[in-house]
Amino acid sequence: MWNYTERVMDHFRNPRNVGLIPDADGVGEVGSLACGDALKLTFKLDEKKERIVDAKFQTFGCASAIASSSALTEILKGMRLEDAERVTNQNIAEFLGGLPEQKMHCSVMGREALEVAIANFRTGRTGKKILAGKVVCTCFGVTEEEIERVVGDNDLTTVDQVTNYCKAGGGCGHCKVDIMNIIDRIQREKKRKAAADAATGPRRLTGLQRIRLIEETVNREIRPLLQRDGGDIELIDVDGNRVVVSFRGMCAQCHVAEFTLRDVVQAKLREFVSEDLVVEEDKA
Amino acid sequence: MKLVYLDNNATTQPAPEVIAAIQPFLTEHWGNPSSMHAFGGKVAAPVETARAKVAALIGADPSEIVFTGCGTESDNMAIRGAVDAAHGRARVIVSRVEHPAVLSPCRYLQQAGHSVVELGVDEGGSLDMARFEEELEKGPAIVSLMWANNETGVLFPLRKIARMVKDAGGVMHTDAVQAVGKLPIDVSKVPVDMLSLSAHKLHGLKGVGALYVRRGTRLQTFLLGGHQEGGRRGGTENVPGIVGLGKAAELAAAHLADGEMDRVASLRDRLESGLLAACPDTRVNGDRAHRLPNTANISFEFIEGEAILYHLSDIGVCASSGSACTSGSLEPSHVIRAMGVPFTAAHGSIRFSLSRYNTRDDVDFVIERMPAIVERLRKLSPFTAHP
Repeated sequence: MWNYTERVMDHFRNPRNVGLIPDADGVGEVGSLACGDALKLTFKLDEKKERIVDAKFQTFGCASAIASSSALTEILKGMRLEDAERVTNQNIAEFLGGLPEQKMHCSVMGREALEVAIANFRTGRTGKKILAGKVVCTCFGVTEEEIERVVGDNDLTTVDQVTNYCKAGGGCGHCKVDIMNIIDRIQREKKRKAAADAATGPRRLTGLQRIRLIEETVNREIRPLLQRDGGDIELIDVDGNRVVVSFRGMCAQCHVAEFTLRDVVQAKLREFVSEDLVVEEDKA
Repeated sequence: MKLVYLDNNATTQPAPEVIAAIQPFLTEHWGNPSSMHAFGGKVAAPVETARAKVAALIGADPSEIVFTGCGTESDNMAIRGAVDAAHGRARVIVSRVEHPAVLSPCRYLQQAGHSVVELGVDEGGSLDMARFEEELEKGPAIVSLMWANNETGVLFPLRKIARMVKDAGGVMHTDAVQAVGKLPIDVSKVPVDMLSLSAHKLHGLKGVGALYVRRGTRLQTFLLGGHQEGGRRGGTENVPGIVGLGKAAELAAAHLADGEMDRVASLRDRLESGLLAACPDTRVNGDRAHRLPNTANISFEFIEGEAILYHLSDIGVCASSGSACTSGSLEPSHVIRAMGVPFTAAHGSIRFSLSRYNTRDDVDFVIERMPAIVERLRKLSPFTAHP
């Protein structure tokens, strides 16, 4: 059995807002019988057409697809339309207390249906998903744009993750190389942007901002590298240019930890925060 | 809540008689049958008794039974052992609906440069015999075709198939993991060279299986190690598991003889016709005339299998599904796809598999409760047969 949260099971057993709004302002239909899951979302706006007053859904799919759809309608009710446009699949997953990694595509289906429904309201365009742009995965009809979106929104780094999030690559597998190229491109762009921000950063960083940036860099750039080898790192203190960290897990007993300290931790912090940082290990 | 266990093709309840039989081998007689002392030697005889019981269940000679760790190991041992014994490039013929325990090693062999042919099936799950004949005419091959399909219960005509393979000078293996104990099997009448079986599918324990290897079959040892099993399979014997398998085989033979599986078949038929009558837009997957007595594979159209299983689980009913979501993959089971089940029905296929421990009450409970579950999910679904 899947390790579903209590909230997932609750929304599966007692789905909220089931049905269709007959005179809906927005309609979004995604998925198909062939794909194994599908969602039809309808919403109704207030008089001023600014706020969502009601949302209903119909879903064909597994327990987490039904729960994700139910969660989406609960999130949307009462929300301003401009805020609804910023709802991500992560918001849906978080609302449910998380979803198993292989089921994240259920939350993405919710976000997609919402996008189609809002586009339907704004442009009067069809309420069905149309494949625009280059189709990368022909088995599940996933476009380059969609893959870029899930990689960016969820900070994905592997093809398997992309398959879990939007199904691309889950059929014949021929598109896996294309997916890998998209991941590499998005991640490169992200790094370049982060580096550019960092390069212009130090001059106008306050002490607090600087500590936050160090913390972010440790979490985003350094920790995943160490965790890959069963290690971990903790930020202990920042004192002027001195950054004090402590190694955890495998790193704590690693005889090359001092090289990791200099070549990974210090190098990354200098790259993303400031060239004058010196990193020390807290041996206490 | 009462447990209604209808997932016996996944695993079965260990028979109380099996548990009683293994008990002394967990407590008192824990020696190693290979040891050169009387204490260890005491467990050698029970292992041989178990071997004789397994042999008797399938009409083999005890010397032709090799105990293994599971059905998957038996399949690997048979196919990879036969390919290795063939020295050089081998030709392997299987069907597209084999269990992964057969398909995965075959794909491994294909990558290693051997030729593997996967035969298709028709919509009822029956083998493409014309294509099979064509392939056999191309020369000797190592053939592995299942006796009964685990998802649909559909039977391949093994007697005919084995005869054809032997006439063509090939090696014949069958994965009979789902068939042993449910059908009378007699290798003295069906000329298979090798046959896989697994204890936990016939009310034995998990972690023990067997491979029947007909005397004279050329087979390279797969699991290399000690001299156990006459040098055919290394590793200290799982004595409690083997004793349990022997007991399970003895019980299965008795139940087959006294018509117990006919009772299971009538329960299955009652469940199947009951569900088809109670729930609209349902269909049976697989040729109903040539099936295991215990298996029903039913598609509930326009709804999805995992959701059905979770609702069934909430009322204590255990079954399984060929839907994409239950497997962790994104496509419905390879068996359902190979049969060309229409996509309206592929994701909503549910397998009910019974055993001799099921009762009429179990079946009637499911028939009574299923329509509400189907109705509930169909109300949620944007698809319908009657727009």
